[in-house]
Amino acid sequence: MVENLYTKRYSDRKMTEVRTMKAKVGVVPSADGSAIFETGRTKAIAVVRGPRTLHPQHMQNAETGVLRVNYGMMPFSVEDRIRPGPNRRSEEISKVTEWALSSVIDLSGFPNTVVDVFIQIPQADAGTRVAGINAAAMALAHAGIPMREMVSAIGVGKIDKTLVVDLDKYEDSLFHDGEGSTDIPVVLTSRGKEIALLQLDGKISIPEFKEVVEMSKKACGDILKVQMDALKNISEESK
Amino acid sequence: MSKYIMPNLQKKKIESYLNEKGKRLDGRNHDEYREIVVEEKISENSASGIRVKIGNTEVLAGVHLGLAAPYPDSPNEGTFMTNAELHPMASQQFDIGRPGINAIELSRVIDRGIRESGFIDFKGLCIKEGEKIWQVFVDIIAINDDGNLFDAAGLAAIIALGKARMPIYNEKEDKIDGFSEDGIPLDKDVLSFSMTFHKVGDVIVADVDKEEEAISKFRLTIAVGDNNGEPRITAMQKGKAGTISSEDMEKILKLAEDKWKEMFIKIKGYVFE
Repeated sequence: MVENLYTKRYSDRKMTEVRTMKAKVGVVPSADGSAIFETGRTKAIAVVRGPRTLHPQHMQNAETGVLRVNYGMMPFSVEDRIRPGPNRRSEEISKVTEWALSSVIDLSGFPNTVVDVFIQIPQADAGTRVAGINAAAMALAHAGIPMREMVSAIGVGKIDKTLVVDLDKYEDSLFHDGEGSTDIPVVLTSRGKEIALLQLDGKISIPEFKEVVEMSKKACGDILKVQMDALKNISEESK
Repeated sequence: MSKYIMPNLQKKKIESYLNEKGKRLDGRNHDEYREIVVEEKISENSASGIRVKIGNTEVLAGVHLGLAAPYPDSPNEGTFMTNAELHPMASQQFDIGRPGINAIELSRVIDRGIRESGFIDFKGLCIKEGEKIWQVFVDIIAINDDGNLFDAAGLAAIIALGKARMPIYNEKEDKIDGFSEDGIPLDKDVLSFSMTFHKVGDVIVADVDKEEEAISKFRLTIAVGDNNGEPRITAMQKGKAGTISSEDMEKILKLAEDKWKEMFIKIKGYVFE
């Protein structure tokens, strides 16, 4: 039996413990909906604008409104400056986020329109796509977009042989010993606990992966509570 | 990229056939792949050139090695890049121009599957630490899209890497002098390949054709490698807006394990023999 090299988190968190979360709704007054979600040092701002007429016209869908997501990291969000504008990573994250959020919203009442979701990361310490989705789900609810359920998002990971939730930068990309680090962003719907987003890279067995899904259910439950509390606390002036 | 238009009648026909008989319009079982055909040496000028056909879906993939300076944070490692082109010759739905989101997603999913499996020995691609390394490029071009480009492209990429010849580095003149007999540095024990499953109607389907792909609720790509005889997941990506229930997830994992056991030896043969 090979020794497990990651039996204690360097941050003293429990394996199933999400970093300290903060959420606030109504942070951008001119938007139809907005929210900020923080986990540890990772921060995400999401803004919803729409439903509004979609241009160019040939993009319109006469049967339903469409959701359009734009995710981006601010140039100063990490140590090495990120060149502004879209790149392959941000375009892919925008698309998988769009799919995850589309699974719970119903825009059939708004044909030919678009609902734009803008996600920006001012400070990154891993888990930015899931933080962005947590913020965006709140912002959509704040904007009054019809939603069947909420969604909550969590990054689950495997560090050497240990499964953990909500990896930070050190755990995500600097831990190379043993089997290294596996990163698994998961988005779950609030009621059905169905998977709305799933990505993985690393090395993991099938039984371990099943454990990951169970861990994500618990963590998403904790996150949902923070999201719902923030939505209940919308102050009158931010409406 | 325009949408693939399909009559509702055809959609209903595909779904009801799957729901009631577990079969597809072309007679395949829900978990059955189309015939896979692999052809080598489609370009003598590159390190390797591979054609992969899964049924009528066809892609070409080639490997190139170039000289470069290493990244500062990994001075003794080579680099790897995957590029996929959904060329308009392959489908009515593809346009000329810079890669759209579908091509970007495809190349990134394949890149992650290969990179994270540890298949490429990056340290073996170092020529002189801090100064000179090999860059490995995999370019994948779609020739005909009849569904499941993900698996065809993923397969073409690993075969192209497995068959790639190592160029000869001329240190005196700092240039490349043709190809050697050797392959590029790979860790053959950790080869993984990706399988893509879709939910069509109420059924989890492997190797979708174009029409099934157009009407599926979600897709899940799983790259699976070998860990002492046991399957090990090395990459996953869910696509489309549908959600995966716990029961569907169980079915997919079981199917992935079964198909991996069935196909791994054959795919290993394509890559190394």
